[in-house]
Amino acid sequence: MVQFVQGAYILSALLFILALAGLSKHETARRGNQFGMAGMGLALVATLLLVLDYLGTDYFDQGPVVVGLVIIVVAGAIGAVIGLRLAQRVEMTGMPELIAMMHSFVGLAAVLVGYNTYIETADFGHSDSVHNAEVFIGVFIGAVTFTGSIVANLKLSARMKSAPLTLPGRHQLNLAILVVSALLMVWFMLSDGWVGMAPLVVMTVLALVLGFHLVAAIGGGDMPVVVSMLNSYSGWAAAAAGFMLGNDLLIITGALVGSSGAILSYIMCTAMNRSFVSVIAGGFGSDGAVSGEARDYGEHREIQADEVAAMLKDASSVVITPGYGMAVAQAQYPVAEMTRKLREKGVDVRFGIHPVAGRLPGHMNVLLAEAKVPYDIVLEMDEINDDFPDTDVVLVIGANDTVNPAAMEEPNSPIAGMPVLEVWKARDVIVFKRSMATGYAGVQNPLFFRENSQMLFGDAKDKVNEIVAALG
Amino acid sequence: MRIGIPRESRPGETLVAATAKTAAQLAALGYDVVVEHGAGAAADQPDTAYEEAGVRVGPSADVWASDIVVKVNAPTEEEIGLLLRGATVVALLAPARSPELVERLGAAGVTALAMDAVPRISRAQSMDVLSSMANVAGYRAVIEAAHEFGRLFTGQVTAAGKVPPARVFVVGAGVAGLAAIGAAGSLGAIVRAFDVRPEVAEQVESMGAQFVTVDMEQEVSADGYAKEMTAEQEAATAAMYDEEARAADIVITTALIPGRPAPLLVTAETVAGMKPGSVVVDMAAANGGNVAATVKDERVVTDNGVTVLGYTDLAGRLAAQTSQLYGTNIVNLLKLLTPEKDGRLTLDMDDVIQRGISVTRDGEVMWPPPPVQVSAAPAAEKTAVLPVEQAPPTPPDPRRRLYAAGLAAVLFLVLATIAPASFLPSLTVFVLAVVIGFYVIGNVHHALHTPLMSVTNAISGIIVVGAILQAPTDNLAVQLLAGVAILLASINVVGGFTVTRRMLNMFQKG
Repeated sequence: MVQFVQGAYILSALLFILALAGLSKHETARRGNQFGMAGMGLALVATLLLVLDYLGTDYFDQGPVVVGLVIIVVAGAIGAVIGLRLAQRVEMTGMPELIAMMHSFVGLAAVLVGYNTYIETADFGHSDSVHNAEVFIGVFIGAVTFTGSIVANLKLSARMKSAPLTLPGRHQLNLAILVVSALLMVWFMLSDGWVGMAPLVVMTVLALVLGFHLVAAIGGGDMPVVVSMLNSYSGWAAAAAGFMLGNDLLIITGALVGSSGAILSYIMCTAMNRSFVSVIAGGFGSDGAVSGEARDYGEHREIQADEVAAMLKDASSVVITPGYGMAVAQAQYPVAEMTRKLREKGVDVRFGIHPVAGRLPGHMNVLLAEAKVPYDIVLEMDEINDDFPDTDVVLVIGANDTVNPAAMEEPNSPIAGMPVLEVWKARDVIVFKRSMATGYAGVQNPLFFRENSQMLFGDAKDKVNEIVAALG
Repeated sequence: MRIGIPRESRPGETLVAATAKTAAQLAALGYDVVVEHGAGAAADQPDTAYEEAGVRVGPSADVWASDIVVKVNAPTEEEIGLLLRGATVVALLAPARSPELVERLGAAGVTALAMDAVPRISRAQSMDVLSSMANVAGYRAVIEAAHEFGRLFTGQVTAAGKVPPARVFVVGAGVAGLAAIGAAGSLGAIVRAFDVRPEVAEQVESMGAQFVTVDMEQEVSADGYAKEMTAEQEAATAAMYDEEARAADIVITTALIPGRPAPLLVTAETVAGMKPGSVVVDMAAANGGNVAATVKDERVVTDNGVTVLGYTDLAGRLAAQTSQLYGTNIVNLLKLLTPEKDGRLTLDMDDVIQRGISVTRDGEVMWPPPPVQVSAAPAAEKTAVLPVEQAPPTPPDPRRRLYAAGLAAVLFLVLATIAPASFLPSLTVFVLAVVIGFYVIGNVHHALHTPLMSVTNAISGIIVVGAILQAPTDNLAVQLLAGVAILLASINVVGGFTVTRRMLNMFQKG
């Protein structure tokens, strides 16, 4: 039986690898997801069979096994129902929060599994140091992931201020927690029986604080990176659980998720010209707000929706660069409708997506896909940046920092050096905005004051609807 | 204040500085506008049109006694004498080429604003007379050529035989050149164009013409400036001009170098080698011409039947349109100079546009203006920042990296040796899985970041397997904790996969 389960686990691991590989291309993405589900199903069935197998042996007390089975089925069913409802109910704009929240579940589960492992071995009265270290590290990563993800969730759902929390000596604080945890680990490794509970609990509290502090210190603008970093952590937590349970499937899967999340975060950091370490260490955007606003950029000009519609009708090429504002205003449907109408009129409409637009990597693509914008006209920054000089009209819908020319022109700007969509090179730029407030990075945007840009104030959804109406 | 629009005194001039429409716009800025009798006659703007627009038409004396006189051409000696002391005159003054005019204007104690000195920055585009006139002139050059050319532009297959399309070669892809390309293309000709700036190839192609390249290795300039052509390049370019011109039916040249006579591009031999009936329009005639046979303002037919047009009034031949455009440029300038819209002209010498066009101010000669800084950042700030930037991040010593890697490897080996044997197989699996993870999603499509993340999120719910295995135990606390873990992890598993499927179903190809 054990051998059958091992075989099933290997197949599951292969299916997970195929799932991740499939998810990197549009053509194979759906199949990738199916592979993932198949892998998970196989793993679960095999594990359940293993547990059922306990029933027949006299090696286990039959009572607890039955109780355990009941717990497994009931808890699993409740969890499945909750997960299904959450997934079906969530608005596409609320996706970042949901994913952040789910990371926290994995983190907490890893903590619980770690404690369980410890309790069982302590109960048994025997423990070895390597195993203890595995438990300790697993609980540590899980706890950091747990609170970190909760903070990310709160920040993304705007229930917590998105500005970075900058305590004096925050780097030292993080370092101190790490050092103390390392010392506690040594104690835990050497301790026997129930004595180890003390360092484990103390460390758990410290790790919870660390997770909270790490993410609280990261500005809202960097949230996409944080979410994918937490994704990576949740993978490492699962891998650590695999080590303590001696379960290769958990190790493989955790390592896959961990390293793919890490590389995804790295890709995004490169896109923002931010060093990976500095994002993880947090605190970006704090020094930025000051230097940005001291300058006077002149006056901005306003435009009305019907004028924009007339301008779009006469244009031969239009590029739309959406940002978080489009998600907030739920403007993706009117935007898709406008795109359809313009394309019918023979206007070449394309979308330019900045790698960090929105609050989640690929956030904009998901929203546009939801509204049925064909994905072959949705281009990424590098694909479209060279085309802006030949573009008649650019519509900036709820984007700010990702189209900020200061990133290229003002060496003192906090976003200096970040690659941006060079929308200002187009003939006309229309900026949809609620007000003249700054973006997430807290930096003023000289784009709004350019000669060729005009502001369309108001709710993006209403304004785009007005344009759609005016297009006839 | 009063704005006077005089009749242009230059012989043959058809333009007027304000049409009925733009004169009314000037009046809307709070000015009292007076137009000289017959000023717009040649531009289809009869006196009655001005009167209908609510603008006064008056005698010459009235016009010249205005506070502001707006003209097309520079005022003559006589006209300067008519200006009031302290008055403002706006016209195409060409201050760089006519120092004596600048001096004379200064002596007259007037403020002179040169419309042709508007700096070429984006904010000033709405006042850029040279662009708006070059655009019209480029179009007209094609029309003049078509008029002289004895054949159709479009190719046709008719019952009476096949008519080949005309071949047009345009030299210089500035505003005029691009306008000419557009006009010739829309008449149906095959258009080829050349410019010494290779970067305009795209603009040429966007107008539907083919960009001619010189067959030789182009050195890419490192500093962004065109390098002096080597003798070799020059010879190759000259050969190209010769070949293209001989093959073409119409040649339109627009090459100008600021502050210098126009370069001679089409030699007498080339013209002699062109087909009879071909037409050359030299739009650089005013500055000496790009073609050897050009005579300024004249139509010349060479011995081999090639017509060479050296007209310098191409824009003026579309008088109504050009006057309207010029008038609009004037209105835009006065909008800038009348910020309060109260009919009072104010000059702000801190504004680069206003400083740039000011040739004289109340008799004081202001020409030439300081060079325009196109960059938004002040120069001082830049120099202050540079040292910081120049402190380069010391590149990590490659050897240090090697040492670090070596040290890590040794440490790892030590750990592996002392660790229990059961640990190693797990570690092997772990390390290999990490590497696979890196490679598998290394080139993920950017649009799939979110689905990828939610699927990995679902997969990391695999921790449920660990919790399940812990559930059958006789320790109730462990069972409860395992139950909670199972619940949480299964939310992840089911939720993650469902959300991913929802997202992926939305992606569609149009």
